[in-house]
Amino acid sequence: MAMSKPKRILYHVLVTVFALLMIYPILWLVASSLKPNDEIFATSYSLIPSRLEFSNYATGFQGFGGTTFATFFKNSFIIVVISTIGAVASSALVAFGLARTKFFGQKFWFACMMATMMLPHDVVIVPQYVMFAKFGWLSSFKPLIIPHFFGTPFFIFLIMQFIRTIPKELDEAAKIDGCSKYGVFYRVVLPLIGPALITSSIFSFYWRWDDFINPLIYLNSPDKYPVSLALKLFLDGESLNNWGGMFAMATLSLLPVVIVFFVFQKYIVEGISTTGLKG
Amino acid sequence: MKKLRDNEHITGYVFTAPFVLGFLIFTLYPVLSSLYYSFTDYNLMEAPRWLGFDNYQRMFMDDEKVAKSFQVTFTYVLGSVPLRLIFALFVAMVLNTATRAVGLYRSAFYLPSLIGGSVAVSIMWQQIFGDQGLVNSFLTLIGIPSSTSWIGNPSTALWTLIALSTWQFGSSMIIFLAGLKNIPKDYYEAASVDGANAVRRFFHITLPMLSPIILFNLTLQTISAFMTFTPAYIISRGEGGPLDQTLLYSLYLYRKAFSHFEMGYASALAWIMLLIVGALTLLIFKSSTRWVHYETKGD
Repeated sequence: MAMSKPKRILYHVLVTVFALLMIYPILWLVASSLKPNDEIFATSYSLIPSRLEFSNYATGFQGFGGTTFATFFKNSFIIVVISTIGAVASSALVAFGLARTKFFGQKFWFACMMATMMLPHDVVIVPQYVMFAKFGWLSSFKPLIIPHFFGTPFFIFLIMQFIRTIPKELDEAAKIDGCSKYGVFYRVVLPLIGPALITSSIFSFYWRWDDFINPLIYLNSPDKYPVSLALKLFLDGESLNNWGGMFAMATLSLLPVVIVFFVFQKYIVEGISTTGLKG
Repeated sequence: MKKLRDNEHITGYVFTAPFVLGFLIFTLYPVLSSLYYSFTDYNLMEAPRWLGFDNYQRMFMDDEKVAKSFQVTFTYVLGSVPLRLIFALFVAMVLNTATRAVGLYRSAFYLPSLIGGSVAVSIMWQQIFGDQGLVNSFLTLIGIPSSTSWIGNPSTALWTLIALSTWQFGSSMIIFLAGLKNIPKDYYEAASVDGANAVRRFFHITLPMLSPIILFNLTLQTISAFMTFTPAYIISRGEGGPLDQTLLYSLYLYRKAFSHFEMGYASALAWIMLLIVGALTLLIFKSSTRWVHYETKGD
């Protein structure tokens, strides 16, 4: 059903206006990060600073009490990268086990996995805190990293869906050629599930980068804070007046997420459409 | 040795071992111990002291804040989830008219959803709706002078959170867009030939065909709306104010556990939440037989 030309132009004008309205708050955030401090709220409606104030980035980056944003970004990257590797690698193993081997209790564990996916995280927050306190893991990265090495239900499910599209005949052929199940996983399945692993990695990156409540609970010295928790410090007490610095660091904290999105767009859209992963 | 290696039961458990162990240690044990704590008085310093049903009784009889946070949370869930899904469906249908620019538009509408869960966006929202923020500045510009802080005003504070959640309709939109692409074009053509107008086509083709996807979205979005924490924490600076108007259930639970160290009471709160979310999920699935249409039924 092709539209007539005037109709098509009207369509694009309306959709573009609505799209701009949707991203206006983000543009406002970026613009505010470049405005002089006294101008941010005085000319709130305007997106164009009277002069570009890049010094907001310098003052914001200085951080709090001697800990700069270099440390916060480094902490975030350590937590995000290690937990993502752990989550994706373990999820791939589990997905293969559930999708391609027949063993006693397989259906039961699959049901457990689906139940874990639906379980509100709030239910385990308190007992996990008690448990990690007993392990001596408080004020370290351990509670933020180690649990991810035991498979993430969403990723297991996503990778399983992907493995199911690989013809079983490939497994059989490899078996006849003398491959064990481990060989089938390593030589046949693993090379074929790349896209699912990439999608999982991207979502893991997003979730861990944005994670706020876990660092809030487990970390108490600022030199261990990831970026998400460090941003909160702008709202606490004395530094309250550094609006420009706050907007600058907020903008900077979104940058890795936006870059990953534009580089891997295709995988993200496919990931959301096939499993309903929340982005 | 070869026999052991080829035993599929063993192989199966070797591959699933990470999940099985993780499930037992990080999910099952915590869920059960949380049930136990919910019947105790536990402040982390001393051993848990058995209380029976006292925590639950306190929740429903003596603690007014629980009732308040239920009210706030239900308003939030019932406000934000339908709004989000309606926006998502509407925009998906608009974008489904297949032009080459669809990819670009899709990215623009998805962007808020992509970054929406972050602390940065919560801070941004707090400033936009502040007394000197973008919203007031804009209202003043078009001749409606306003200087109230939307965040600080008890009657609007929760609605700024609902607006923030609605703004992030992008991921549901992408799921709907994928669903719309799967509806065969000839259904619409046949209906048009029979004289069905756009409204009838929407209610008799689009909506029934999308209903399984709507159900799926409804369930996931309801669960995640119930657990919303970050924006309420950031925007109200961890207090849930003004006048407890943004005291979402998760935030109240967090405050009980980690500001007051009432671990037993917080566990009782968590279990009631689990029961409510479980009941709601069941309700959505049970009621779905009335409104979800599955192709394979052949009707």
